[in-house]
Amino acid sequence: MTPPAALLPAPAHAASYLEGDMSIRAWLTTRDHKRIAIMFAIAITAFFFIGGAAATLIRIELATPAGDLVSAETYNKLFTMHGVVMVWFFLIPSIPATLGNFLVPLMIGAKDLAFPRLNLTSFYLYVGGALFTLAALFAGGVDTGWTFYTPFSTMFSNTNVIAAIAGVFIVGFSSILTGLNFIVTVHKLRAPGMTFFRLPLFVWAIYATSVILVLATPVLGMTLALLGIERIWHIGIFDPSLGGDPLLFQHLFWFYSHPAVYIMVLPAMGIASEIIPCFARSPVFGYRTMAYAIIAIAVIGFLVWGHHMFVSGQSVYAGLVFSILSYLVAIPSAIKVFNWTATLYKGSISFDAPMIYALGFVGLFMLGGMSGLFLAALALDVQLTDTYFVVAHFHYIMVGGSVTAYLAGIHFWWPKITGRMYPARWAQFAAVLIFLGFNFTFFPQYLLGIEGMPRRYHEYAPQFTTLNVLSSAGAVILAMGYLLPLVYLGWSLVRGARAPQNPWRATGLEWTVPSPPPTENFATQPHVDEEPYAYPPVAASRQEAAT
Amino acid sequence: MSLPFMPPEASSLASRYDVLFAAMTALTTAVSLAVTIVGLWFMFRFRRRATVDRSRPPAAAQLRRRRILETIWIGVPLLLFIAVFAWSASLYYDRSTPPAGALEVAVVAKQWMWKLEHATGQREIDVLHVPVNVPVKLVMTSQDAIHSFFVPAFRVKQDVLPGRYTVLWFTATRAGDYQLYCAEYCGTDHARMFGHVIALAPPQYQRWLDAQGATTTMAAHGEALFRALGCSGCHGANASVHAPALEGLYGRPVPLADGTTIIADDRYLRDSILLPKRQVAAGYEPIMPSFAGQVDEAEVLDLIAYIRHLGGKEALR
Repeated sequence: MTPPAALLPAPAHAASYLEGDMSIRAWLTTRDHKRIAIMFAIAITAFFFIGGAAATLIRIELATPAGDLVSAETYNKLFTMHGVVMVWFFLIPSIPATLGNFLVPLMIGAKDLAFPRLNLTSFYLYVGGALFTLAALFAGGVDTGWTFYTPFSTMFSNTNVIAAIAGVFIVGFSSILTGLNFIVTVHKLRAPGMTFFRLPLFVWAIYATSVILVLATPVLGMTLALLGIERIWHIGIFDPSLGGDPLLFQHLFWFYSHPAVYIMVLPAMGIASEIIPCFARSPVFGYRTMAYAIIAIAVIGFLVWGHHMFVSGQSVYAGLVFSILSYLVAIPSAIKVFNWTATLYKGSISFDAPMIYALGFVGLFMLGGMSGLFLAALALDVQLTDTYFVVAHFHYIMVGGSVTAYLAGIHFWWPKITGRMYPARWAQFAAVLIFLGFNFTFFPQYLLGIEGMPRRYHEYAPQFTTLNVLSSAGAVILAMGYLLPLVYLGWSLVRGARAPQNPWRATGLEWTVPSPPPTENFATQPHVDEEPYAYPPVAASRQEAAT
Repeated sequence: MSLPFMPPEASSLASRYDVLFAAMTALTTAVSLAVTIVGLWFMFRFRRRATVDRSRPPAAAQLRRRRILETIWIGVPLLLFIAVFAWSASLYYDRSTPPAGALEVAVVAKQWMWKLEHATGQREIDVLHVPVNVPVKLVMTSQDAIHSFFVPAFRVKQDVLPGRYTVLWFTATRAGDYQLYCAEYCGTDHARMFGHVIALAPPQYQRWLDAQGATTTMAAHGEALFRALGCSGCHGANASVHAPALEGLYGRPVPLADGTTIIADDRYLRDSILLPKRQVAAGYEPIMPSFAGQVDEAEVLDLIAYIRHLGGKEALR
């Protein structure tokens, strides 16, 4: 994957995307995918800490059984804010809009995404919609939970439901446009020689994610619109007293929201597939199997939404079908875990910070997946659904999985993106701290769920106290873990050593351009004549020679 | 068979549930441990500084080995998943199928309380008394948002929806006082929608029934309502209006004006009282007025109990 041209020193005149016009105006009107990615990264980081602040208050409240810190009403608004902000304004855009935006053109040898203006439009739709919802969440708040279940949300909640869903509706267009942009980019802008089966798995993952974004997000938009219509004009769609059907809402909502889980986790898998081979100096085990597994997850993921509804009153037979399909979607996920593990075999493994984060991701994703097997089992789900077991399960997938992988990716490509190195020891320490703090916070929640504690409880029976205290204590460690990167990565921007072109000796076209990359990405059109992940021993001599 | 952290086992389904849960825990723990140990072993053995044989077999041999390994780790989980699916599905089917002859209790949920009415007429709020070793069937509906009836010690949970009836059944196997939670978020005081199911040995249950004093059954309540609301004016024996007779209706197929047929179950009767235009019986004019707003959910359940009684299967008192 290292064309002769890239072996030559980069032409000195190619200005990086961080040089040139650095005015606010230039940034806000940029069409450079790299600058847009940075703007997305700043925005989602802000939302992450807003959602995290809500989570902090929730964990402080739950440190005691009595509802003493905030009122029941405030508590309900807090978990709604936490869910809405984290799902739509952090997790959904997190990896695709930041790392995906920055890296996809670089990885496939393109100058930019196919539609640079559309990319900027995505950013403004996202920021506009998210700020609108945020205003609704702060000015009065919303108490429906992020799931907006009807008829509570349409007929019984007295809070700013319409304003909140309006913002989410707008952000949906950002998702759709981003997805569309990636699909066209991957199809049309690959460099000569970059066939589909030479694409890095990260690009496969972003591609599959984009298909889900384009197909599923419109359903969310329609569902929220119907919700709004019923709430404003009392036209019966979901409320039975108006002739509607409350389960219809759940079907429509989960038809989006289950695939949305894969929007969050497929890109995370893509990141792990880049990092693990690099630090194991070993080609990814079963590249094609890994690519097919990504597609299988994206496709089957559309057919399992009813597993959120085993006790909802949906028919028993529908439950049976959704259960077996849920087990089928677990197979490609299991393949990925096994193949990452097998990639380590006969490697030459180093434990730099990105690798620790990536290995942490694999472990936490595996534990989250294992608990998913309980929830896919019909009878076990009856007991466990709507308890803290579910809360623990999806936090393992979305936080332990996606957020850890996002941090892995940030640490892996930080030198490329910023041109700076961060303090390695601090980063390794933070990776370990986050892994431990995460388990400390969320493992007790599995046990709480098994014990029968329902979710969304502002106060709870005294028998649940010990585990809740443990979870809150773990959250303190986890919060410190999440604040640390903010500090040392921020520090590195000012004081960090200059990053070389390829500090990790990684394969991939993004490492053949200077750090940070020039505005035009590639000085000359790259040509690809090699399989991906050509790590030693396959291409030992060439790879070592290149660095 | 109860594992640590499990609530007490107090229903006929609980022990079966716990065996499945234990099997699943053993399976997932074993696999997680195996992957973790292999992964850690690779990380240690192939760490960068280790002097170790890293030579790989030729590409063809590697490919063959990879195919075998991947087939194993696709095939084995698939077989295990099918087994787990079948096991849990059969238990789910049983929990979804109430046995015949179960003691019936009507449940009306509202923000934020549980209203319960025994077939024999006893009414309770947030507390449900049941006898042990007798199957109990709850027919549930909600007056407002969706709620969920959850008794961890019985390993049962069922959402309670407005506008339709959902069913949950259990057989308590041990006397005791068990916690009842609302498991579906329903607004401000969701966490306080808390109750008890008190399972009593038959003599104590009888004593409790006696202590409730004289009660009229749900069907008798329904009969009184049937007269008071004027239903008997059309549906009664001497009515001049052409309306369907209700004797023996419950559980029978009803031909509808649109040519389809529907079984006259709780839901059909409820809809016929509240939304009579939705399903009109064949051969009748759609002249029945809606009683929405005139009767509450508990009264609809009383009326249904009366119509069931007209089927002749159940005694009025």
